[in-house]
Amino acid sequence: MTTEMLAIIVAGGTMAIGSIGPALGEARTAAAAMEAMARQPDLSGTITRTLFVSLAMIESTAIYCLLVSMLLLFKVGPLFEKAVAAS
Amino acid sequence: MANSGGMTSPVEDVIVFQVGPIPVTRVTVVTWGVMAALILFAVFIRWKLRKKTPGSAQQVIEGMLSWLGDEIRGIIGREPGPFIPLVASLFIFILASNFVAFISSFFEVLKPPTADIKTTAALATVVFLSVPFYGIAMTGALNYLKTYVRPIWIMLPFNIISDLSRTLALAVRLFGNILSGEILFGVILSLVPFFLPLPLMFLALITGTIQAYIFAILTIVYIGGAVKVVEKHETEEKAK
Repeated sequence: MTTEMLAIIVAGGTMAIGSIGPALGEARTAAAAMEAMARQPDLSGTITRTLFVSLAMIESTAIYCLLVSMLLLFKVGPLFEKAVAAS
Repeated sequence: MANSGGMTSPVEDVIVFQVGPIPVTRVTVVTWGVMAALILFAVFIRWKLRKKTPGSAQQVIEGMLSWLGDEIRGIIGREPGPFIPLVASLFIFILASNFVAFISSFFEVLKPPTADIKTTAALATVVFLSVPFYGIAMTGALNYLKTYVRPIWIMLPFNIISDLSRTLALAVRLFGNILSGEILFGVILSLVPFFLPLPLMFLALITGTIQAYIFAILTIVYIGGAVKVVEKHETEEKAK
């Protein structure tokens, strides 16, 4: 198994594991916001604004995972390959 | 390139031409194209500006600006006049850049500027610098520096770290969202070229709009953090 294959497998695992948490968190956020909107329809504007901002905040965890897997695929894997070839 | 499927690295970019020692990449060209289109649109709007009988384009722009003004009034609690130029420019530029992704799906030559980490990092740096600018301009340097020790002085390092990390998060969020849309679209297009990419394009439209909205709202929230808290403190002192 080459280092590049390892990098690809780890990149897939990063996305798979790293998207579980944000998915659960976003689901809870959306459910809570809907409940709040059903209780107080007058405040739906404020709730929607806060919902979008907090969803973006939660989503950034998954985005960091995406970034790490990108780095693994396109930067770290070839870099390791080069280092192994040089040594 | 050491990857399969003919996909190039999303972090690097194609060099279009070279001006002396400076390579001009595709993203730079597209960014200048977006800027030129927006400036032309602004000049057109200015030329068509009527006080008594506003055209449809003028009504759209006026509606958007008054909506942004209401958002600013709701979050910061001040008149939106000084903040509108920065926030509206960021919003319109990011919105236009994200919609380039929609066009690029047809031509495969354009890359949205916001799918490049350098563009989003530059935009986040603008926000990072505008926070002390507005803080010092509206409340004075001493009051702005006091926001760093706001609850108690122990919070000073955390406040500084929060300032830096939220800038990073702002850049990476926009970059990651637009780039993931592009990658998803590319993968689906290589698997099923007919009909199936269409819903993904609608999704890219929604994501682009929401990300532009979130960038603008977070800019308002960060500036509001430097401007609003001090004012509340002042009114408390006046009440005493």
